[in-house]
Amino acid sequence: MAAATTLAWTGAARADAATRFEAQAATREAPWVKWLILGISLAFFAVFLLLPLVAVFVEALRKGWETYWSALAHDDALSAIGLTLTAAAIAVPLNLVFGVAAAWAIAKFEFRGKHFLITLIDLPFSVSPVIAGLIYVLIFGAQGWLGPWLAEHDIRIIFAVPGIVLATVFVTFPFVARELIPLMQAQGREEEEAALVLGASGWQTFRHVTLPNIKWGLLYGVILCNARAMGEFGAVSVVSGHIRGQTNTLPLHVEILYNEYQFAAAFAVASLLALLALVTLTVKTWVEHRAGSGTPSSKAQQDAAS
Amino acid sequence: MSSSLIRGSLLAFTFAASFAGAAHAETTLLNVSYDPTRELYQDFNPQFAKYWKDKTGQDVTIKQSHGGSGKQARAVIDGLEADVVTLALAYDVDAIAAKTGKFPADWQKRLANNSSPYTSTIVFLVRKGNPKGIKDWGDLVKPGVEVITPNPKTSGGARWNYLAAWGYALQQPGGNEAKAKAFITDLFKHVPVLDSGARGATNTFVQRGIGDVLLAWENEAFLSVNELGPDKFEVVVPSVTIVAEPPVTVVDAVATKRGTAEVAKAYLDYLYSPAGQKIAARHYCRPAKPELADPTDVARFPKVKTFTIDGLFGGWAKTQKAHFDDGGVFDQIFTK
Repeated sequence: MAAATTLAWTGAARADAATRFEAQAATREAPWVKWLILGISLAFFAVFLLLPLVAVFVEALRKGWETYWSALAHDDALSAIGLTLTAAAIAVPLNLVFGVAAAWAIAKFEFRGKHFLITLIDLPFSVSPVIAGLIYVLIFGAQGWLGPWLAEHDIRIIFAVPGIVLATVFVTFPFVARELIPLMQAQGREEEEAALVLGASGWQTFRHVTLPNIKWGLLYGVILCNARAMGEFGAVSVVSGHIRGQTNTLPLHVEILYNEYQFAAAFAVASLLALLALVTLTVKTWVEHRAGSGTPSSKAQQDAAS
Repeated sequence: MSSSLIRGSLLAFTFAASFAGAAHAETTLLNVSYDPTRELYQDFNPQFAKYWKDKTGQDVTIKQSHGGSGKQARAVIDGLEADVVTLALAYDVDAIAAKTGKFPADWQKRLANNSSPYTSTIVFLVRKGNPKGIKDWGDLVKPGVEVITPNPKTSGGARWNYLAAWGYALQQPGGNEAKAKAFITDLFKHVPVLDSGARGATNTFVQRGIGDVLLAWENEAFLSVNELGPDKFEVVVPSVTIVAEPPVTVVDAVATKRGTAEVAKAYLDYLYSPAGQKIAARHYCRPAKPELADPTDVARFPKVKTFTIDGLFGGWAKTQKAHFDDGGVFDQIFTK
């Protein structure tokens, strides 16, 4: 339900409710409680989130802009950026298609094993990424189940780009589906049924009815999926083989630089990832805002969610 | 929206395909190595590429992968396509030969000096002024001393550290296996954290400021002092230590398949050449043929009494089984 609630509760409705809550004596906390809670959360926020973020940029620029740029323009860094973008460019569309299909199946149809499918979709959230990487080594590694066959046909999966893409797809699997399932369930299927009754084909229904209804939720899921795809460390580390300039993603490159005493360079590359996080947050906020302000589709979402 | 999505994913696949294709356009060698050789090979690789270009007219790019020696061996066993491996100890290379059969089991006889173009030894890195007064192995188990060493299960350097300590205890007057085991047990009670590789342990000691003494490869210790400030750390050479032989070999099956057998062999031979030996010595690895290296570099190595794994422990196969395999001495002492 999280997504639908977040989306529906943005903007004016949320502010109204909060003011109403505050205004009534029965639901109002004592001022000191209010300030204490506020203080604790702000202090927590500052120490655990803001401080590290600031530290990344301070450390990155410690040796000046020149070192910063040369760290980012280094061949190995560029190839790490390229690989990270490649992995995300493959993993995100795949998960987008899968996520919409899975959410559609789960929200609009009744079938046996539906709960099992939901549990499966959640699997990557509950499994440690390192285990995810090891699973692929056990399946595709030279000593693994498919190892001999792959070696015979000279197909490389582990310690090559396909392995990194696989690991990335695995860890980002649930993001889009998880975002859409509650939303589509809340919306029900009346609008689709109406469209079909009026003579629309299945594709037209999807294109003109379902997609506009879910587009903000979908975008939200894609953003989160993308952020995770680019930031994943554990699973990718296991299947990467750490070949510089070949199978190193950005997070792995940060580790390598750090281990080579090139702290400024490590933080420079880390600052790229931090920037990505900031951009993600901005876009995410914008999406929430758009979804919350009274466009027709989000109106439907709010109606459905309330 | 959906048609642009399909186009987007098609684009991504093409991009990935061209990405994979580009990697095969020129001759590449993959050198899978252990942790403290990063700087050495960063220096060595371009020189070899130049030498090879001059000699044959071929362009060669050397790719590097670094990590704990045991972990790297595991990756090669699992299919990481290394043309050459340059690992921390012979056992890890033996393991690759045994598990994959990609090169003969007697690989260590193929190159001079037990296939080790350079050797190293285990020394102590302490904080400036040596506040805990650590001079020798015996001082490591004094009350209040914290020792940093990586995990012998995953790190080659850690296994050398362990064996150096064991050898010291064994060679003390009245020393025997039981006393050595007691000493090692005591030593690991002084270890607050086990990193997975030598570089991780160095970072724990140097960056995070944990511990009073780091057991380290000689080259790693000198590098730390140079990189991170001679005003912060100093190297202490114990009374006796082990000769650490990090061996190199060509992974025949991979090199043959990839058509790199010749350049891979030349790459390792070049390590033994005057140029290779000079670079090794410059990075504080003890060259196999010191006469080829720069005398001022060679003069930096402290004189130290050493023993070898073959002499004192009867070789790696035996040592690995007795000490580091599941249920071996290390498991017995560390779980207590």
